[in-house]
This record gives sequence, structure tokens and C-alpha cells, in this order.
Amino acid sequence: MIAKHPKTLLVIVAEALLEKNLVRDARQRGVQGWTVSEVHGASLEGVRDGDWEADRTIELKLICDEAVADALAAHVLATYAPHYSVAMYFAPVQVLRPERF
Amino acid sequence: MIDVVVFFFLLGVFARLVKSDLRLPEALYETLSIYLLLAIGLKGGIELSKQPIAALAPQVLACMALGFAIPFALYPLARALRLAGVDAAALVAHYGSVSVVTFAVASAALTRQGIPYESHAALWVAVMEAPGLVAGILLARWSLREGGGRVAWGELAHDVLFGKSVLLLAGGIAIGAVAGEAGTAPIKAVFIDPFKGVLALFLLELGLVAGGRLAEVRRFGPAVLVIGLGAPPLLALAGAALGWALGLSTGGVALLATLAASASYIAAPTAMRIAVPQANAALSITAALGITFPFNVVIGIPLYIALAQRIAP
Repeated sequence: MIAKHPKTLLVIVAEALLEKNLVRDARQRGVQGWTVSEVHGASLEGVRDGDWEADRTIELKLICDEAVADALAAHVLATYAPHYSVAMYFAPVQVLRPERF
Repeated sequence: MIDVVVFFFLLGVFARLVKSDLRLPEALYETLSIYLLLAIGLKGGIELSKQPIAALAPQVLACMALGFAIPFALYPLARALRLAGVDAAALVAHYGSVSVVTFAVASAALTRQGIPYESHAALWVAVMEAPGLVAGILLARWSLREGGGRVAWGELAHDVLFGKSVLLLAGGIAIGAVAGEAGTAPIKAVFIDPFKGVLALFLLELGLVAGGRLAEVRRFGPAVLVIGLGAPPLLALAGAALGWALGLSTGGVALLATLAASASYIAAPTAMRIAVPQANAALSITAALGITFPFNVVIGIPLYIALAQRIAP
């Protein structure tokens, strides 16, 4: 059985123009790696089809320690969520090389 | 007579209204918009290489002043229509800035009708993108008084000046001006000749997007309609008057009227979202892209051309 280590996956779905800020905030809190993909969908604020520049949505996935994920999520909730479309969720994950996260 | 590219726009709107599954791939939209910005810049730059740049300074300054003044002129109207201060500020910023595609449709219409215009007009577009945004942000700051937090002006300037629209337009102008007519001859077959076909394809896509926003109009009530339909003709008058005062040609007056009447839907939404997150972005977009853009493309531009022929024959 290969050794697995628990980490937290934090997924942030947000307006694409926040990408730069979110990545910067994540790095400042010690996140070492992330994945961004473009998505489209809907939220309470309405449908975001991603048809043109201002309508794009990203999904930012980060794997890190639970404390880091919590701190980042609290920051995003306080800073961006009041005025931007943001959705976040956590999931416990297992990784093979914990020092990379 | 409606210009042929406008039919493509109407086809896009129609496709959206009948819920067609037509959807242009995002990569194509991106490619087409890069192409249009570069091609418009190049064309203006080639003409720029033929004349002394210093002589254009008064035009450039006047265009920037017009872009900066528009939000201040429109703001009281938006407030009178009972829009919240911060929403009104963000909305009028879109009108202070300009729509490159509206400009492209107007210049295509002028060319088709054989009306000459200053070929360096792309320069006006490039310098009119930012001043209206700055004015809108100042208005938003003022409407929020203390409660607004700090604006990161440096970051904002970076995003606007190095954002794709200004970067590609100005880059195209610079390349065209340096390379000149002879230097750009080898790429003419790509960047100059197929321009109108590409514009038609892009308008099909924009028709789809604008058609999608039409449904939103009901959400925001009559204020959005009044601004979206009322502001462009008023602003066109101001633009035409300025063009006349600058001694522009008939086509030049029509283009400046069009630029004044147009509302930005690429640079402005992003810039205002970053600088004024409290504002209702959907409201601005619905007015700029759902109402004003179709109005200008279908009805406004022929009107502005007719106006220019009256005052600057």
C-alpha cells in the first residue's frame, strides 16, 4: 500500500478578472500550486455563458493544508464575495508527496 | 441601405432570440477580435506614416477631452432616472470609453458610400479608450464618498493601457506607422483585404451576445432603455460638433460622432468591475451591449453620417 497524506482541496469558482488577485492572495498564504480552467454556468446572480471578455468564469483549484485553505477562503469571503460572483467548496483529498502542497 | 455586415449582426440576434444552438467557439471570438484590433490599428498607422504627427496633437487632445467629459455630462441624466450613484457612475464610464467594433462598422459604411475620412482615425479610438474610464471611476469615488476603499490606480492603468484593446490598437498603429505602405504590402492580403469579411463574422458573434442581453432589459426597467437609446444621439451631436470645430472631413465628423455615441463593452466592464466592484455590472452591460450597440450599428451610424453631411459637406 502506497503512503498517502491528507490535504485539503479548495475550489474557487469566480469571475475571470479576479484570477490575478486570487492567485496572488493564495501565494501570499503559502499555496504552492494551483490549476485554473475556464468554465461557464450559473449562480444566484444569473447565467454566465462566457460569451465575451467580461462574462468569463474561472475555476481555481488549490491543494494545501487545511489551515491555509481556511485562511484563504475567509479572505476571499471578506474581500471579494460581497461584490463579485464567487463560489467556494472544500474537499478532503489524499496526496502522495505532501511537501509539494 | 443597410451595410451588409449589419445583416450578420441581425442574424446573430435572431439566432439567439429563437434559441438556436449556434455558438461560435471562444477561440474564434478571441482570434477575430485580435485580428480586428490589429487590422484597424495597422490601417490607421499606415496613413499616419504619411503625415507629420505633431499636427495631430490638437485632435488627439480634443478626443481625450471629449471621452473624459462624456461621463460627467451623462451622470446627472442617469441619476435623474433614479439609478444609484455608483451604478450611474459605472454606466456612464462605458459611454465615455469607446467601442472599436462600432467604429469599424461606421468606417466600413463610409467606405462603401464613398465618403472620405481621416485614415488615421484609429488613433482617435486608441486615445479615447481610457479617459472615460478614469472619469467614471472619479464619479464612482465621489458618489461613494468615504465608504469606497482605495482604488489601485497603478494596477488599473496597467490593465487598461496594456489590456488587449489598447495594446493591439496602439501596436498596430505603431507597426503601420514605422513600416509604412511599402513595408506592410506583404501582409496586406491578410490584414487589409479580408477586413470586412472578418468584421461580418465578428458581428454574427456579437449579435449572439447582444441578443442574450436583450432579455435582461426587462430586469432593469425603463432607465436602461432611456439611457441606452437616448444617450447615443445626444453624444453623437457633441462628437459631431467637436469634429466640425476641429475642421474634420465629412467622414471624420461622422466617425467622431460615432465614437462619442458608442459605449465600450470590452475594456470598460473589466476596468469598472475592478475599480468599482460595488456597481451593478449587469446593468451597464445591458445598456452598452444589449441596447446601445445594436442601436448604433443598425440605426445610429446612418443617422450620424447624415448629420455629418449636413454640417460638414
